[in-house]
Amino acid sequence: MTPDAAVATKTTYREAMREALREALRADDRVFLMGEDVGRYGGCFGVSLGLLEEFGPERILDTPLSESAFVGAGIGAALNGMRPIVEIMTINFSLLALDQILNNAATLLHMSGGQLSVPLVIRMTTGAGRQLAAQHSHSLEGWYAHIPGIRVLAPATIEDARHMLAPALADPDPVLIFEHGSLYNASGELAPPAGPVDLDHAAVRRPGTDISLITYGGSLPKALTAADELANDGIDAEVVDLRTLRPLDGTAVAASVARTHRAVVIDEAWRSGSLAAEVSARIAETSFYELDAPVERVCSAEVPIPYARLLEQAALPQTADIIAAAHRAVD
Amino acid sequence: MSADVATRAEHRGELLHAMLRIRRFEERCVELYSAAKIRGFVHLYIGEEAVAVGVNEALTAEDAVVSTYREHGHALARGLPAEAIMAEMYGRATGCSGGRGGSMHLFDAGRRFYGGNAIVAGGLPLAAGLALADRMCGRSRVTCCFFGDGAFAEGEFHETANLAALWDLPLLFVCENNLYAMGTALQRHEAQTDLALRAASYGMAAWAVDGMDVEAVERAARRAAEGIRGGGGPYFLEMRTYRFRAHSMYDPDRYRDKAEIERWKARDPVTRLTDRMRADAEPVEDRLGEIERQVTEEIDAAVDGAERAPEEPVESLLQHVTSPRTEAT
Repeated sequence: MTPDAAVATKTTYREAMREALREALRADDRVFLMGEDVGRYGGCFGVSLGLLEEFGPERILDTPLSESAFVGAGIGAALNGMRPIVEIMTINFSLLALDQILNNAATLLHMSGGQLSVPLVIRMTTGAGRQLAAQHSHSLEGWYAHIPGIRVLAPATIEDARHMLAPALADPDPVLIFEHGSLYNASGELAPPAGPVDLDHAAVRRPGTDISLITYGGSLPKALTAADELANDGIDAEVVDLRTLRPLDGTAVAASVARTHRAVVIDEAWRSGSLAAEVSARIAETSFYELDAPVERVCSAEVPIPYARLLEQAALPQTADIIAAAHRAVD
Repeated sequence: MSADVATRAEHRGELLHAMLRIRRFEERCVELYSAAKIRGFVHLYIGEEAVAVGVNEALTAEDAVVSTYREHGHALARGLPAEAIMAEMYGRATGCSGGRGGSMHLFDAGRRFYGGNAIVAGGLPLAAGLALADRMCGRSRVTCCFFGDGAFAEGEFHETANLAALWDLPLLFVCENNLYAMGTALQRHEAQTDLALRAASYGMAAWAVDGMDVEAVERAARRAAEGIRGGGGPYFLEMRTYRFRAHSMYDPDRYRDKAEIERWKARDPVTRLTDRMRADAEPVEDRLGEIERQVTEEIDAAVDGAERAPEEPVESLLQHVTSPRTEAT
């Protein structure tokens, strides 16, 4: 696969992400990749496989299991002229670096009165569905979306996996990219590049007129499947991919609700205090008089994600739950 | 006086000036705090001046400094204008952080002064990153990170020490061991109180220094900085020092024995240096008078400038949250 292929190519989310990294490393000497097992192992999820051989150990840095130190080192290197991409294995481990992300990366520009920007990209996996139990399965990206001073991205498609990294690196401020673990094996046709991804706006993945299914990341494929099945029931669902969780594109959400007058918000995080709560609140603020039914939310059960397959699946938002919520809103 | 002796006397005079500048600045801060001119948490460095001044002698303008919340001394030694610091403490637009930081978050990108970190040990990983970028770019620079003995209990110190030694980072760890983590004495917060010994276990050069002797600090810092510039990886200096004042302006200082404070005051770095100058028959009294006059003038001007400086307009509240962007075309 070449980055400038003129025709659609068959690829996976994982390969698309790797190609994005390769392109970034080739394009700019200041870019380097740092994280746990990104080098010799090839990345815990295989994303960086082969990059060590191509770019060498000075640019593909295996780190100790020291999330706080290597995320902080990414911040310092960004302050000192580099363009680091830091990989944290999972969002759960990022909590060990939360001090550096919140108290330094997100805050330095402001505390320094605009003197110090932190052009840093941090990538990590999020989400459940692979029977990894509670300490490897949570969806905490909504917590990060709470924080001013950082941009929070959730690539849900192969195109976004391939083309979000370049604009993220071009951002002068810290960008967090959340990759849902269940998406890595997703395969499909990667269309010829349509230019860099617009990181300020949500994307309508499927137009519709009867109800808005608003989601992001790992729940997007479920929402699209739900929309297909709803079509069989005569319900024309629009699917909105938030794509950027901070800054949230409230305008796109309001525009969709203005077209459909009904909304289901799907979020793999827990319902209480979630991004789904924020989206619902915004709909209430901006689109109250557009609504023909209460906003529905499909979120994870309020339980640490269990290991057992049936319990895990029951805890997560599923296509059937989305369909049921849509029916409640429409019928 | 021979040329060497004259040079030494001149240099000692400069060290004295730098230390007194910090001390008088902070004494003025006490008055201004009492007068409610400056607010927030204010952590004074009085007693520890020899560390900032001695270490700064070993650094160049190209080097970087990462500091803590007790950073007025580091900032002044680094060359930040007293007025920019004072204006910051007043929360004024002309402050070195545009009024967003206050006493605990002084920044000066041009002077490579990277704060101003109020999370204990929080600046250490960041310093490793500054040093990493220099190493990757082949620049012969030192990143100097100040932190206190309290930081030894934080994982971030140990993660950073490991990373710095593992990657041979050009990083100078300067631990200001003033014997107290806020109000908790070293022997009550560390299982092993020999901090240089523990740092050495990471495989870096590490030793303890009399932090009340500015010349000893300078010698140690020069030796470490030269080692780092020569590719010797990270160095660790444990500065044995003491703060004469409480942890912060809010602290009633009930956890220390007054006799202990007096014992350390007998080792005051300013007195120590002036005594040495007298013993070596160097001109002290005239020099002291001149320094006091200059320092008073500088601080008066700083306070006056801060008093007159404009407030940040409320309309600027949301500035500096994200960088200014050029509109996509």
